[in-house]
Amino acid sequence: MSEPIIYELGAPGRRAAHLPELDVPQADLPPASLLREEIDLPEVSEVDLIRHFTRLSRMNYGVDVGFYPLGSCTMKYNPKVNEEAARLPGFVFTHPYQPEESVQGNLQLMYELQEFLKALSGFEAVSLQPAAGAHGELTGILMIRAYHLSRGDKKRKIILIPDSAHGTNPASTTMAGFEMVELKSDERGNVDLDDLRAHLNENVAGMMLTNPNTLGLFDENVVEICHLVHKAGGLMYGDGANFNALMGIAKPAELGFDVMHFNLHKTFSTPHGGGGPGSGPVGASHLLADFLPGPIVVAEKCVFDLLTGERCGDIDYESVDEEDEKYVRGAYYKLEMPPQSIGRVKSFYGHFNVMIKAYTYIRMLGAQGLLESSLAAVLNANYLQSLLKEIYPLPYDRPCMHEFVLEGKIEGAPEVRALDISKRLIDYGFHPPTNYFPLIVPEALMIEPTETESKSTLDQFAEAMRKIAQEARENPQLLHDAPVTTPVGRLDEVRAARQLILRWQPESKESS
Amino acid sequence: MTIKIDPDCLYTKTHEWIRVDGEYAYCGITDYAQQQLSDIVYVELPEVGDSFSQGEVFATVESVKAASDCYLPVAGEIVEINEELEESPDLVNTDPYGDGWFVRFIIEDPEELNNLMDADAYRKYTERVMAEGGH
Repeated sequence: MSEPIIYELGAPGRRAAHLPELDVPQADLPPASLLREEIDLPEVSEVDLIRHFTRLSRMNYGVDVGFYPLGSCTMKYNPKVNEEAARLPGFVFTHPYQPEESVQGNLQLMYELQEFLKALSGFEAVSLQPAAGAHGELTGILMIRAYHLSRGDKKRKIILIPDSAHGTNPASTTMAGFEMVELKSDERGNVDLDDLRAHLNENVAGMMLTNPNTLGLFDENVVEICHLVHKAGGLMYGDGANFNALMGIAKPAELGFDVMHFNLHKTFSTPHGGGGPGSGPVGASHLLADFLPGPIVVAEKCVFDLLTGERCGDIDYESVDEEDEKYVRGAYYKLEMPPQSIGRVKSFYGHFNVMIKAYTYIRMLGAQGLLESSLAAVLNANYLQSLLKEIYPLPYDRPCMHEFVLEGKIEGAPEVRALDISKRLIDYGFHPPTNYFPLIVPEALMIEPTETESKSTLDQFAEAMRKIAQEARENPQLLHDAPVTTPVGRLDEVRAARQLILRWQPESKESS
Repeated sequence: MTIKIDPDCLYTKTHEWIRVDGEYAYCGITDYAQQQLSDIVYVELPEVGDSFSQGEVFATVESVKAASDCYLPVAGEIVEINEELEESPDLVNTDPYGDGWFVRFIIEDPEELNNLMDADAYRKYTERVMAEGGH
């Protein structure tokens, strides 16, 4: 790659930033022992800086550039109106240490977002604290732990997890101090009910289930699964990573889940994959609502003075009607800790900026729009699945939800692997699907088109996949050499993993 | 694909081997396992003195594709780990039955050895697994 990194650009004395005149008392530098000279910050002019990052951005690939069917990640288009809302000065210039009454707008937005997520999921309460999906999982599992302990039930040490689960599920379980036991999938891609029954006992704290699962299939026995786990005294954790297939169609709480995280950065169109951060709110049923991390936002009925906008604590809410000329009914928002809360899981109030974008998305689409998004996501996935299953093996051949998993195997090209197909797709101008996941499908290619793609984009992608299968038979080397159209070719993943170099260092100092 | 199988080892269905030497045994993963995993980039080993029951997870292998658990074929206490693997995890790919060994342990109950497959049985087992399409 021809582009140097910014540390290699510039020369002493060049600068791109011009600080305004000092208008606060000058502070002393920390003691020299705390200052680092060796970090060698780059000194570049503005034009060098802009050109450097513009060149880098042109090498980048994102949802604003093209189709990005990265399964499980829901790389839908992120509407620009979300960014506009997040940059409103009223939001940008607030500070988390401001008193409650001065940030009522922010709190109202958080409250309404909690309410929207409750309405979509059927849960009793929502906390917006967790920073992202896996953080939401850990939060939910800690809540399950707190629930059992609050009942004096100390023997439940096991969390059941299907073999198709996201890798974060076992990680969250282990981090929360549980032991995980893996459940088999049956031949339709559902959880194997016999295997589940065989593992249920009084040591099971709960089960983590993604529905639709990572094969993109709706577990047809989800109600029975929740029932069996509950009967054994366990709780159901829902991995909400795939909620994009369900909005307005099914409510996880009604299916039997007790706690679930949402991925605002997937389902609710906020940027992720380098553009994050994420946000992983957690919803809980009546059993677990009191254990949610806090603070959460609650609304209190109150009366405001129409002229001054002041809150009038001494005026009775019921005494004010719509005709009143002096007062108006309203709500006062405040932060509260749920009574048996597991505590804070994030500093301040979670990723507020992400919440603004998700809130905007929900308000722009409305209930009907969200329903139509999910319907279109499922339709797009089924359309693409029907085109591609003629070319690549589809191990679980039934209607899918928002995504599906193919085997990256091509008859007549035994040396070609899923990785080669993915790399070749880059040359056709598409982002590759997720590779080698879920683990129960050999050479997995996991494809999630999302609802924001047109039929013509899906047709173009299917055509590229068809051409690649043909190339694999006629000239497999084309696939092994791919990608050839990118600034760098095939990266040596093995060497990168075996010889970790995590930080650039100037050549002269590498030996020190 | 051709699978190497060491005639002197005993095998598990989860593709670990052990080589029994008196009351001790060496343990690692089979050639079939390393081929399935592809290039191995990290092996997480237990500590000397750790004890495991039969079939308990004692190590984790990471390749660029996935991380997989390894199960101790019979119960035992670890007496030695292959420290070479920290620097050179690729030894598991190049010499799974030799330099790519994982741990040496004291066999707790020799009776448990009867639950394992010999080389012939393991060959038939892998052939069947491959015919069924993997794992």
